[in-house]
Amino acid sequence: MIDYIQPEFHVDIDYDKCHKCGRCQGQCGWGVYSFVGRPLPDDAKCRACHRCVTFCPAHCITIKRSDLAYRENPNWPVAARKAVWRQGASGGVLLSSMGSDRPRTSLFDALALDACQVTNPSIDPLREPMETRTTLGKRPQVFGDEPPKEWAGRMTLATPILFAPMSFGSVSLNVHKALALAARELGIYMNTGEGGLHPDLYPLADNVIVQVASGRFGVTPEYLGRGAAIEIKVGQGAKPGIGGHLPGEKINAEVSTTRMIPQGTDAISPAPHHDIYSIEDLRQLIYSLKEASGYKPVGVKIAAVHNVGAIASGVVRAGADYVYLDGMNGGTGAAPAVIRDHVGIPVELALAVVDQRLRDENIRNQASIIVAGSIRSSADLAKALALGADAVALGSAALLALGCHLCQGCHTGSCSWGLTTQKPELTRRLDPEEGAQRLVNLVGAWTHELQEILGALGVNAVESLRGSRDRLRAIGLDAQTCDILGVAPAGR
Amino acid sequence: MCGLIGFSDTAGTRHSGEAVVRAMALQHDRGNGLGAGYAGHGIYPEFPDHYAFHLIYETREALEATEAFIDHYYDLERAEALPTRRTTGITDAPLLWRYFAKPESKKLRDSGISDDDYVVNAVMHINTSIEGATVASSGKNMGVFKGVGFPEEIGHFYRIEDYEAHTWIAHNRFPTNSLAWWGGAHPFSLLNYSLVHNGEISSYGINKRYIRQFGYICTMFTDTEVAAYLFDLLIRRHGLTAEQACKALAPPLWSQIDRMDDKARHDYTLLREIYASAMLNGPFAIVLGTDEGMVAFNDRVKLRPLVAAVEGTQVAVASEESSLRELLPAPDFLWAPKAGEPVIVRRGQAFQPPVVSTSKPAGSPVGGAVASMDVLTSESEVSA
Repeated sequence: MIDYIQPEFHVDIDYDKCHKCGRCQGQCGWGVYSFVGRPLPDDAKCRACHRCVTFCPAHCITIKRSDLAYRENPNWPVAARKAVWRQGASGGVLLSSMGSDRPRTSLFDALALDACQVTNPSIDPLREPMETRTTLGKRPQVFGDEPPKEWAGRMTLATPILFAPMSFGSVSLNVHKALALAARELGIYMNTGEGGLHPDLYPLADNVIVQVASGRFGVTPEYLGRGAAIEIKVGQGAKPGIGGHLPGEKINAEVSTTRMIPQGTDAISPAPHHDIYSIEDLRQLIYSLKEASGYKPVGVKIAAVHNVGAIASGVVRAGADYVYLDGMNGGTGAAPAVIRDHVGIPVELALAVVDQRLRDENIRNQASIIVAGSIRSSADLAKALALGADAVALGSAALLALGCHLCQGCHTGSCSWGLTTQKPELTRRLDPEEGAQRLVNLVGAWTHELQEILGALGVNAVESLRGSRDRLRAIGLDAQTCDILGVAPAGR
Repeated sequence: MCGLIGFSDTAGTRHSGEAVVRAMALQHDRGNGLGAGYAGHGIYPEFPDHYAFHLIYETREALEATEAFIDHYYDLERAEALPTRRTTGITDAPLLWRYFAKPESKKLRDSGISDDDYVVNAVMHINTSIEGATVASSGKNMGVFKGVGFPEEIGHFYRIEDYEAHTWIAHNRFPTNSLAWWGGAHPFSLLNYSLVHNGEISSYGINKRYIRQFGYICTMFTDTEVAAYLFDLLIRRHGLTAEQACKALAPPLWSQIDRMDDKARHDYTLLREIYASAMLNGPFAIVLGTDEGMVAFNDRVKLRPLVAAVEGTQVAVASEESSLRELLPAPDFLWAPKAGEPVIVRRGQAFQPPVVSTSKPAGSPVGGAVASMDVLTSESEVSA
């Protein structure tokens, strides 16, 4: 069949400047370039990941948006037409990766932070202590109360940021190493995702949260005991209610060993956990994992869905030490686009509802709240804290720091930046130590910015921002959304 | 900017409020005439076991509704208008009444809660549900006298010199973030706690949400109210000592906690983790008056003034030294308490002034037996 879909991008090469070195061809993981005396691009294969652009010594490559005109029809955006053409040709479920690319207003962007003027002094973080240390986990309601033994210890973070779960398999081992090295240096945590823990990371395991997902890949008693905490993954913001599918091409020898599945077979994570069909089953799993691991903290990751307040309340009452809320703008290594783009709710609303619900039930001390999907800057971080989050998790932002250009090709396994691929010629592109340095720089920079924000707010510890919704105002949000967020409109 | 004073006699000797009004008047310029007030502990020895409700009514209807409520739920011993006198500068006084009452015994029994909680519920009900009625105080053998005016005017208006207390706290207000109204003046009080505050609690947003979980509803449009409720929660309901409560509300820095010995580090870490949302952050000096005595402390980086002096069994704290000199003309010792280090005065216990050191102390001053009375860093901060 003829492909109806025309290239989205146009690879423009200024041949006058081109060295004819062929580096673009070597760098491209998508097979865009052939080389006949000079590089010849096939626009149809380009994903605008900018790997070639970044490495072209002559700076002669420009990726342009195709200016192919389509007849205007607001009811039929070009993306919708293309989806129909694609499915007419393939009959398949459309897959995509990273976060949803549909235009959607970020509620974080509609919130504005407060600052001190005159009556209360702002604090200069360069001169005064400005504390960002955060602890996650259950804490007694009253000082002096002896916590029950099944209340595990708490996790301490130097700054209220973690790295979001991304499995070895969906990302490369070098990405895992970079995340773990950075987590150790920063005094925070990385998260294995559902693909198990590679032996190379054992020395770094004190800064690793090990995940237990529906596929149970790589889960052994040793694995559970090795991490700093355990996370049960129930759902993911980019694909609530959907399992996972790691194609066999990504299951090489290392992934196969770590996941404990045969090489080259597809790794299928069922949509539900087959031993969790209701809340009491979750409780059993939480306590089984605690017992198996010598009472490590056990968190539960859920996707932000409509009834998230009641669900999170149940999760906390089931014994979780933290609830991880993943919003609908969160990223994924592969998901059906229809699910990614249309299922779930934004994390800002989920966070506001869950924090309030746990307070209404007076169980907020029994679990911490981690939010993700999507935290794009220290401003998002600060606003999430003000809404009530204890910490945020960075997935897409961490990958971006490592070179990701959000080209949405993770599911193809051909990532030119060597991140979401297992091809050795690509994965070696990421030096774990240099990658760790970039992550340390990013989290360090956001922490400095958070300290500036705290100083402007006139407080010198992050816990005085956490849940302090009085320090937020909404611009342009309707009254009901303001009410759900617990935030007054600007000017009020 | 506001001004405050605390005074307490560890011997329990009661002192007229006259000197306190005089000392407070010296801080005239720290206020702007939009609020002042006094709280005396030990002023009603003839009613030691009755809850003394001081009420502020904006309307006659509010008075009637509140009295119907009190009549229904309490055995009323006495109801009377607070004695006041005509004073220049006080022009729009609301109706001011006091009631000495005990919870009606059957209703208290049926409620299944303690008499203190019964009273807290009543206070929350009146403040939130009866429009125009505000409970100024609700403790035993104590009372709050406050309103819109300068401290010398309010003192004169309420005839403060007629009352004798073992513990006084006083306040002169320069409101910056809420309107001037009688209920909004300091002190704020609940049960036997009265509290005055200079500064701004920048963490009010989360403090208010935290305290709401325990049934306290902030109704006074000011950040100070939340501090009074926090003390009630931490000391009365959670059983913390005054020292622990102060360390929960203005905790040491993590860098200090990390340097403590194992036991202290464990305790302070736990205290900070449990009461993270109770931490009072932002510039403040706070004085808490109780039936036991007085607690005064600053924020963690001392962004508001607070000086203290001791003379015999009498201890005073104030925003300005002039007030201390008025109350205690010949102090044995006068000093500036350090950031976050509480001055705790207990009736019946000799007050120990802080140890003076001429050299900078090594490591953290926090924790241990003398934690409440911190080491001074130099002689220059001390005068006697």
